[in-house]
Amino acid sequence: MLLSSFLLSAAIDVYKFDDPEKEKRFHQLAFELRCPKCQNQNIADSNAEIAQDLRTKIYQMLNADKNDNEIVDYMVERYGDFVLYEPRVKPQTYLLWYGPGLFLLLGLVVVVLIIRSRKKAYNDTHNHEPSLSNSEAKALDALLKTKQGKKQ
Amino acid sequence: MIPEIGEFALIIAFFLSVVLALVPMYGASTANDMWMSYAKPLAMGQFLFVIISFVCLGYAFSQDDFSVVYVAQHSNSQMPIQFKLSAIWGGHEGSLLLWALILTGWTFAVSRFSKALPLDMLARVLSVMGIVATGFISFLLITSSPFARYLPRFPADGADLNPLLQDFGLIVHPPMLYMGYVGFSVAFAFAIAALLSGRMDAAWARWARPWTNIAWAFLGMGITLGSWWAYYELGWGGWWFWDPVENASLMPWLVGTALVHSLAATEKRGVFKSWTLLLAIFAFSLSLLGTFLVRSGVLTSVHAFASDPERGFFILMLLAVTMGGSLTLYALKAPNVKSESSFSWLSREVLLLVNNVFLTVMAITVLLGTLYPLLIDALGQGKISVGPPYFNAVFVPIMCTMALAMGVSIAVRWRETTLQSVLNKLWKPAVLSILIGLGFPFIYGNGFDARVFLGISVGLWIISTVGTEFIGKFRNTQSITNRLRQLPLSYYGMMVAHVGVAVTAIGITLVTSYSEERDMSMHKGDTVEIAGYQFTFQGTHVVKGANYMADQATIEVVEDGQPVATLRPEKRRYNVKNAMMTEADIDASLFRDLYVALGEPLEQGAWAVRMHYKPYVRWLWLGGILMALGGLLTVADKRYRQSSPNQEATHA
Repeated sequence: MLLSSFLLSAAIDVYKFDDPEKEKRFHQLAFELRCPKCQNQNIADSNAEIAQDLRTKIYQMLNADKNDNEIVDYMVERYGDFVLYEPRVKPQTYLLWYGPGLFLLLGLVVVVLIIRSRKKAYNDTHNHEPSLSNSEAKALDALLKTKQGKKQ
Repeated sequence: MIPEIGEFALIIAFFLSVVLALVPMYGASTANDMWMSYAKPLAMGQFLFVIISFVCLGYAFSQDDFSVVYVAQHSNSQMPIQFKLSAIWGGHEGSLLLWALILTGWTFAVSRFSKALPLDMLARVLSVMGIVATGFISFLLITSSPFARYLPRFPADGADLNPLLQDFGLIVHPPMLYMGYVGFSVAFAFAIAALLSGRMDAAWARWARPWTNIAWAFLGMGITLGSWWAYYELGWGGWWFWDPVENASLMPWLVGTALVHSLAATEKRGVFKSWTLLLAIFAFSLSLLGTFLVRSGVLTSVHAFASDPERGFFILMLLAVTMGGSLTLYALKAPNVKSESSFSWLSREVLLLVNNVFLTVMAITVLLGTLYPLLIDALGQGKISVGPPYFNAVFVPIMCTMALAMGVSIAVRWRETTLQSVLNKLWKPAVLSILIGLGFPFIYGNGFDARVFLGISVGLWIISTVGTEFIGKFRNTQSITNRLRQLPLSYYGMMVAHVGVAVTAIGITLVTSYSEERDMSMHKGDTVEIAGYQFTFQGTHVVKGANYMADQATIEVVEDGQPVATLRPEKRRYNVKNAMMTEADIDASLFRDLYVALGEPLEQGAWAVRMHYKPYVRWLWLGGILMALGGLLTVADKRYRQSSPNQEATHA
């Protein structure tokens, strides 16, 4: 029940920024950090108390002229990697970050191999096949004509 | 009494599906015409009894029968009738019943509209769908019956439906989505039937293609509707969050897109047959996986309304049997498939293969990102999150590259094309889209923006290559109208769908780059300016809905002294659960949305108000609609209404 009341109403609060650049960074940070107690919401959208606290914390740190890395480090130190929607690149996440590129490369290599082997196989089988004899060619022509005639 | 009839009808449907799964299949393998001919009436009976069951549940909802547990949990006597009825699929059990209804409906449709199919093929297809229905209906009966009762003491009133779901979006979004998910079972059934019969020729692709396109179009519409619903209903103005449940629907759509293209190549050129079969198996398996992810609650996400390990286990078994069985069959039979033709390096076949690689890698990426946190957690490596920044970082480069290939593929012919002719066709669109892409951010925004350049160029590249190719069709004709009529509908479908991709790409680019948002504390009479629009807060008053009370604000929007809109966002409190909900108000138009949401009351009569200016946001759904429309146009092509080549031969 508690959770549902968090979920349903959008979080809107009113911080005054002296610098529009800071306001932009505020939204970006709140967008990329996950609310530690909610199911799957960033701290910008969540109405949970902790998300509100964290927004206030970001606001204070921005006003204290901390840079983005310092703010993110602070959050990770307290709540772990869980708060990062953009996981850090480290051995546990190599597959996550490099996997897609690797699969793409692999897929393209497979495509090249398939096409090459197919061309070879196709040429092999079709070069050895005897061509049509005269009577067969005539029969084929006749067949094609009747088919076309029917379609028109 | 009525709910018991519903349960009983479901049990009858279960037995019919068991018979459908066994008898026609056995008939097909022993060439027994009589046994095969049971398939059609069984498909009809199965559908009929699931309809009866569904109507009974609907009746229980409409009559506020709170002795039924499912009704008591998801409805309330105060709810308007349309939400009582759509509450049928507002929870786990009813969603599954809707799933079963759509599955048996598709089965029935296949039995009716496949006159051209040979009897043994039809028997096998319907039997495979009967197997799937057996799995799902037994899942319903064993773990998730919607007809269970609270007896003898039942609640006086229901617990109410989640207010987020009391909305038009919920009436239409799930049925659309399920039409797509379940529709892939038809392609799956055709693939399995082709593998079983050993006839993996181009004919199966022709039979399966219209069904696959329809399913794909529905799934696309379902996703589009879901995105639109999240946008206006969740109150934060986002339209895609890479939530696991969104991902669960995106994966089958991506693989389905690959399948739609690969089927085209198989049908027209007799190539990639075994790959197409594999895609058909995976598209449906991913639909099942999506169901597992959503319904088991393994992923805690916004959508996990129901979570129960026993149910999750059942779907997992269903998934394991489906995938294990079909992949084993594939491994045994697919190596026999021979290609019917060859093609050169620069041919549409190769570009379609490349497209398939991209789409498959995208689907794998979504899968990886969705399951990675689970994997890391299961390995005891701690808890991590994978969200929008990750997906955006990985998807944008892949999508842009694929969009480039899309433009090229339009200019390339089947079999073989010379590089010269491709370059001749493409250089003008390339120059045009790069120039406009470069200029656009200077004219529309305040200077160069790499993201905007990329998005606009890519979108225009797709549109201009499609346009060039289309105009090229008229080069040697006298009568334009005749030529317009001669072009097959599937060609129009392809063009519309590709333009849809471009429209979505442009929409995404512009709305992410040029949106403006302000969160303000506003007193009565305060004015805020965003993107040239003046928003004036005129205060709030209380309004009463059918089952909620709301504070409704009035906000006047003025541009250059001219009134543009009066927006009335609400903060609702639903009576039954005391749930608070933000109901945003939107002034929508093709080129921009003005979006206002009402937050909390602050001190001295002020309110927190969030105002958005969202340019071109409609384009991303417009593109989704165009893609779905393209898929449907292709189905309307007259070659799918002709009788099969086999029949032509017998008549000749």
